[in-house]
Amino acid sequence: MSLETDTTERARPEPIQAVPVRHPGRWVAVAVIGVLVAMFVHLLVTNKAFNWAFMVDEMFRPPIMEGLRGTLALTVLAMVIGVSLGVVVAIMRLSENPILRGVSWAYTWFFRAVPRLVLAILFGNLGILWARIEFGLPFDRQIGALFGVDDFEARLFGFSALEILTGFVAGMLALGLSEAAYMAEIVRAGIQSVDEGQTEAAQALGLSRTQILRRIVLPQAMRVIIPPTGNETIAMLKDTSLVAFVPVSTELFFQLKAVGNRTFQVFPMYVAACLWYLLLTSVLLVGQYYLERHFSKGFGKSAQAKIRLRGITAEAGGSASEAGR
Amino acid sequence: MTQVTTTPAAGAAGTAGDGVMVRAEQVHKSFGPVEVLKGIDLEVRSGEVCCLLGPSGSGKSTFLRCINHLEKINAGRIRVDGDLIGYRERGGKLHEMREKEIAAQRRAIGMVFQRFNLFPHMTALQNVAEAPVLTGRERKGAARDRAAALLQRVGLGDKLGNYPGQLSGGQQQRVAIARALAMQPKLMLFDEPTSALDPELVGEVLDVMKDLARDGMTMIVVTHEIGFAREVGDSLVFMDDGVVVESGPPREVIANPRHDRTKAFLAKVL
Ligand SMILES: Nc1ncnc2c1ncn2[C@@H]1O[C@H](COP(=O)(O)OP(=O)(O)O)[C@@H](O)[C@H]1O
Ligand SMILES: [Mg+2]
Repeated sequence: MSLETDTTERARPEPIQAVPVRHPGRWVAVAVIGVLVAMFVHLLVTNKAFNWAFMVDEMFRPPIMEGLRGTLALTVLAMVIGVSLGVVVAIMRLSENPILRGVSWAYTWFFRAVPRLVLAILFGNLGILWARIEFGLPFDRQIGALFGVDDFEARLFGFSALEILTGFVAGMLALGLSEAAYMAEIVRAGIQSVDEGQTEAAQALGLSRTQILRRIVLPQAMRVIIPPTGNETIAMLKDTSLVAFVPVSTELFFQLKAVGNRTFQVFPMYVAACLWYLLLTSVLLVGQYYLERHFSKGFGKSAQAKIRLRGITAEAGGSASEAGR
Repeated sequence: MTQVTTTPAAGAAGTAGDGVMVRAEQVHKSFGPVEVLKGIDLEVRSGEVCCLLGPSGSGKSTFLRCINHLEKINAGRIRVDGDLIGYRERGGKLHEMREKEIAAQRRAIGMVFQRFNLFPHMTALQNVAEAPVLTGRERKGAARDRAAALLQRVGLGDKLGNYPGQLSGGQQQRVAIARALAMQPKLMLFDEPTSALDPELVGEVLDVMKDLARDGMTMIVVTHEIGFAREVGDSLVFMDDGVVVESGPPREVIANPRHDRTKAFLAKVL
């Protein structure tokens, strides 16, 4: 008892006011970095090769802006193809049907094995295979021959391949189909990350397979799918520059290069390309942040932190895998 | 408390004449070479609460999952309310049911899991209202009203907008019960509903279940809560190693177990 009164009556000790530990290493680092930054800025300002005035003058010209629109359209369309087809391929991969599983495996294998640049150029030259692309009964001529009818044709409509497979469409398909292979893996990992009990509970309520996928599993898988998809979108934005070699002219890098070649001021235009891609990517990063926040609804702070972490590690891994593309 | 009807026509008129809600005959189930259920016979009458006891690994969960066809049985028959589960009998032959038909059968059977399995991306209200809307049973507004009433009934009227992550284990399990009730099942299966809960939260879940039993809901409850079995159960079934060792009125079985295995088990949990 006396002990208790002792503790309550004892005076509150003075707050600690210790001398903080010094960090001389930090100051050295600051000095080194400061010098390096100064050198870099000096280079940017004094080196004539940058030709800033020319660059700023050229980088907002109408053809460049059209290229910018093309790049954005290509990114969006290729990602739409990639994500929607990727979901389908992932679902096929997880299906109980061995044929679907096999098809999905083969798809992923092919499109991950071939580099995007090669794919884009290949698609640009597909016109060599078919002069026309037509829709109708498959093998109609062979079927006709079987019944003794010569030149039997059952075709509904068609286009000239050159008309359809313009550089833009070829580039879009090459990027989109290749993206689908990567997205399929991401979506599959996302679906598999959802606890088995979720599907069971939904089944026990009498929901159908598609309802469970759409309403229960995919929304939860999104938390895992979104961060790497953001990284894929950013990678895609950069990869659209590959279609400059298809060639696609309504594309940012193609247009900047064209200005450079025409004016013999190649270097400033490459710098302009850097700046444009930096800007676009930064905008995407902001969008990614808000999307992630939306899809971690109901998972609390720590879960959201984990997602951030996963996004960062995915980014680190992403750059390594990009080298292989 | 708001009065909410949960059973379509509780008890009396609900069954196919003979008053039996669940009838399992010689149910066998194997996982690969391992036979987990070795001929289970069980009858649960409409409005009854059947408590299923047994040591871990004896096949209780598996049997419960067979009743709503989450597991396919290898031999035997399970009938709920007179209807064969998972199969159709035609000309002396069994035909597998389509996925749609199985889903329709499951709607009449509610299930509550040990680990709640609430949908974490939905609020309590959405968890409860989701299935009736998706299955086309109710419009959104009506489903929400009834979901709110059901949550009120399990004592969570003030937690409608909370996500599962913001609820205690006991509250989550009560939401899970409300979610199952929203489909107006004629049978409720509980798989150790209180085993994952902190001791002080067990009571609130058992209270909801008692309330439900009083309402005439037919229930099969896997549990280690002997007190609940004695107080609420109409029958007690003791399972071990994939067979029913003994069954009877709970008080009798608990007071005078006839088999050594039952005695040994009860000695451990009492
Ligand atoms: N999906 C499964 N695959 C293989 N074995 C399983 C599976 N589910 C359960 N089992 C086995 O079946 C036996 C009974 O399990 P379970 O029904 O969960 O028992 P209980 O609920 O009585 O503890 C256990 O030995 C378990 O390992
Ligand atoms: Mg179990």
